[in-house]
Amino acid sequence: MKRLPLTLRRQLFATPTDGIITVGLLTLLSWAGWGVLNWAINSAQWLVVRANAAALTIGRYPEAQEWRLWLLLGMLTSLAGLSWGRLRGASGWPLNDRIAAGLLVALAVGVPPLLAFGAINQMRLLFLLLLLLLGRLAFSHRFSQASSKRFGDWWALIWGVAYLFGLWLIAGGLGLPGVRPSDWGGLLFTLLITSLTLLLALPLGVILALGRRSSLPLFRYISVGIIELIRGAPLITLLFLGQNLVGFLAPNGLAPDRVWRATGVLTVFAAAYLAEAIRGGLNAIPRAQFEAARSLGLSSVHTMALVVLPQALKVALPAMGGQCISLLQDTTLLSIIGLFDLLGIARSVLANPDWLGRYAEVYLLLAVLYWCSCAALSLGSRALEKRLASPGLQSNPKPQ
Amino acid sequence: MPVPWWRDNRKLGWLIQLAAGLFLLLVIALLLGNLERNLARSGLRLTLGWLNQPAGFDIAETLLPYRASDSYGRALLAGFVNTLRVVLSGLVLATALGVAVGAASFSGNPLLRGVTRVYVELVRNIPLLLQLVFWYFAVFLNLPSADQALQLPGLQLAKSGIYLFGADLVNGELVGGLRLSLELAALLTGLVIYSAAFIAEVVRGGIASVPLGQWEAAKSLGLKPLQILRLVVLPQALRVIVPGLNSQYISLAKNSSLAVAIGYPDLYAVAETTLNQTGRGIEVFLLLLLIYLMLDLVISVVMNAIDRLVRLQER
Amino acid sequence: MDCENPIPNSHKTPVAFLLIGLVLIVTGCGGAETSGNGRLDVIKARGSLTCGVDGKLPGFSYQDNAGKYAGVDVDVCRALAAALFNDPNKVEYRELTSSERFTALASGEVDVLSRNTTRTLSRDAKGGNGLEFAPTIFFDGQGVMVPLASGITNLKDLAGKTICVENGTTTELNLADRFRELGAPYTPVKYQTGDQTYGAYLQGRCAAVTSDRSQLAAKKTSFPDPAAHTLLPDVLSKEPLGPVTVNNDSGLSDALRWVIFATIQAEESGIDSNNLKQKLAFAKANPNQADLRRFLGVEGDLGEQLGLSADFVPRVIASVGNYGEIYERNVGKASRLKLERGLNNSYKNGGLIYSPPFR
Repeated sequence: MKRLPLTLRRQLFATPTDGIITVGLLTLLSWAGWGVLNWAINSAQWLVVRANAAALTIGRYPEAQEWRLWLLLGMLTSLAGLSWGRLRGASGWPLNDRIAAGLLVALAVGVPPLLAFGAINQMRLLFLLLLLLLGRLAFSHRFSQASSKRFGDWWALIWGVAYLFGLWLIAGGLGLPGVRPSDWGGLLFTLLITSLTLLLALPLGVILALGRRSSLPLFRYISVGIIELIRGAPLITLLFLGQNLVGFLAPNGLAPDRVWRATGVLTVFAAAYLAEAIRGGLNAIPRAQFEAARSLGLSSVHTMALVVLPQALKVALPAMGGQCISLLQDTTLLSIIGLFDLLGIARSVLANPDWLGRYAEVYLLLAVLYWCSCAALSLGSRALEKRLASPGLQSNPKPQ
Repeated sequence: MPVPWWRDNRKLGWLIQLAAGLFLLLVIALLLGNLERNLARSGLRLTLGWLNQPAGFDIAETLLPYRASDSYGRALLAGFVNTLRVVLSGLVLATALGVAVGAASFSGNPLLRGVTRVYVELVRNIPLLLQLVFWYFAVFLNLPSADQALQLPGLQLAKSGIYLFGADLVNGELVGGLRLSLELAALLTGLVIYSAAFIAEVVRGGIASVPLGQWEAAKSLGLKPLQILRLVVLPQALRVIVPGLNSQYISLAKNSSLAVAIGYPDLYAVAETTLNQTGRGIEVFLLLLLIYLMLDLVISVVMNAIDRLVRLQER
Repeated sequence: MDCENPIPNSHKTPVAFLLIGLVLIVTGCGGAETSGNGRLDVIKARGSLTCGVDGKLPGFSYQDNAGKYAGVDVDVCRALAAALFNDPNKVEYRELTSSERFTALASGEVDVLSRNTTRTLSRDAKGGNGLEFAPTIFFDGQGVMVPLASGITNLKDLAGKTICVENGTTTELNLADRFRELGAPYTPVKYQTGDQTYGAYLQGRCAAVTSDRSQLAAKKTSFPDPAAHTLLPDVLSKEPLGPVTVNNDSGLSDALRWVIFATIQAEESGIDSNNLKQKLAFAKANPNQADLRRFLGVEGDLGEQLGLSADFVPRVIASVGNYGEIYERNVGKASRLKLERGLNNSYKNGGLIYSPPFR
């Protein structure tokens, strides 16, 4: 007790009530922590995770086509490494980067044996790690700084092309044997749907937000109607509606695949919420900006696209980041309508009588996966805000 | 010089709306035409007469007296009452927990602050459905049977349900007291814990908006921290908190529809059963949408009234 | 604003969108015309059949270790595909939960629903679900399963207890009716999928689980300790199971009906997948075997009357065998379920399986 820094001790035991609270919390936390650890090491059976790692990650993707996913993963890791390098390479190897690299090495070396991956897959994972770190290293040398300037303009395009290429790799067609959307599953499916929905919902959300502020009454009422209708309904109702009603609305037998129907519903849903966030951003832009742009002779489209929207999106970034996280969490509802996202595949794994009753293990793993993804998204969104923060314009000050 | 029509912004505006309106009408006509064709093909027609037919299925738990011979309309009403039950109790409990956690994040005790921080960050980043199925399948379904029920002060936990306010063991079963079914208990636990995290953030923002001077003035008057919170800070923080609470309450009402995943017969679950037994997909969904929209509207109206009460009185 | 640009920039984009939209509508309109000849033509044009199945019911529709679908319901789809395309693998399977199966069929997402569906009046009638039932391929009844250790021996013992049941099935309706007759209270706990229902039962949430007897037997084989559970002797209802199509589509429903009858008639005539070739050669060589030649399509136009090929019966038998083979392979002695033929035997052996004549 004497070793605790004095200020901490004083704060923890400032008053008798504080003291009681501290002692009570400490006992509770240590009892809970001990219980969880004990369970995790002794009575939990982690075999279910080992045996189903493939299903949880890629669903029912045919084994013969798995090489495409490895290729995709390789491409993404190299691009990620290069981006990491481009963002941080100028400062050499700061402490955070070294910790991150160490963590990645530990994960790549330690986890595969735990999950009983075959030797080939372990080699592949190590190779991917190598690609990532090489990409990072490529930008630490001084000579590469010069070439990175030219790269800069093309970076977004490279990621865009890589994304489309990735879509082609996953779905097939045009030369590669097709893999039906109903066979995509697990983590692959969740990430794919989230990214696709986000990319489609952003422009739609901008359109809805602009429509809501439009001076033309028809567009305004339609936008308001769509936004309020969608925000008022529970997502599960809309998903079910999309699954069943679209079949009735489409001409005979031409209904799109269930996965695309669900994506469409999620897109419109996310767009409605994004529209509200963007509207908040648009409201924060002073009229002076509009008027100045007008006085320069810019048409309303140019005003929006070049002057107002960039600023509005910057202001709306915290809210939009929150929407991204909500979207990732909302993909879990796809499991209720029978699609095989990460939660859906987990539930179907648990339905297998061999793994009966192993709910806690699988759900805890899922909780860890989702938590890491959402936390990463929120950290990324905050980093983006900081990067884009211009000194003049105040973004919504967060409490404390 | 008069402006020609193709440069007159006002006229062009109306023309565009006209064209867009026609386009929209065309699309809607196309879709409705397909709908009509498909409905005719399968022999279904849009009506509401089926609401009076006897339902034929039972509902696991209802506050409303309901039997299988009652109509579909009554079944849906029973489901709606179940939803209200969850939403109202969820609102009360989540607000209580959320306010407590939000206030605790300003406490002088760093351990308490840390615990609240961890709780909020943990719960906000894990999907609600995952939390619900975890609570139900991994926790509540593993409770011991009635004769070995877990005893907590005022609470007895067993596989047959959660019993409040004293229940006695009779012939190996627990009777008496207030009984919550496992499904309701799991649903409430998950919803309350999830919503309370978000409400805590709203409360935190509200309390943070109260100027430091208020705290110091109150302390200089000799008030204790809890009294400061109750008498000085919270009333002023309310005007920032109430609008935020509005959206959280609506969220909670909508999230209650996830009950279908753990077997609690709320409005959505009963509607799904009805839809399957009658095949009336479109009518059932339109009804569902209508009811949820009305629920949101009611919550919004109530919160707006409260908002007007606590709003800053501008002179 | 300059004279070379009469349409202000701000309005060019919406106008462009509108034009594109009009073009899309005009082209889309053409595609929306249905030929009016029914689903059968649509399926033939598409080149594959879309079948709605359960996907997780051993014996009826499930995926074997190689990921291929198998089971009685699956074999019906394969038979129809063989009749249409001479290839039993030209089927796309959609796994449907019991809540969405009828809307999926009604909206046209699947052509045929082969998901051990019970034939009832309100499902058949136009004022009800408006479905068209193919011949019953499995005569079943509803049963209840309890743990042996519970000491429950009949339905009355379950009064006041919890029973796990799947949402949106005739099972829950029959359960309600039987307990209404007994005048006893009970608590149904309903889940969306069969797996959750059985999972909750195995974890002790309910004292019993109810479903079709064949389904209970099928699921029991995959329990961790099958011997610890038993089916109660009570049969709560008649459950004639069979595939379903939509009303107002006699082309497809007739084709499906006679494909099924073909398998039944083949068993009655003693034709199976092993001796099919011999029988076919025999029929071709002997012009006086009138019934056989007509049945196998060697003479007559029975196939064409249905919109199928003349040799649709040999195609069906070659791909899935006759009714007896389908039964034994999936739910009978050669399978894990080991169900007796019982009511599902041919009428010649005292069962209910009977085919109208092929003429």
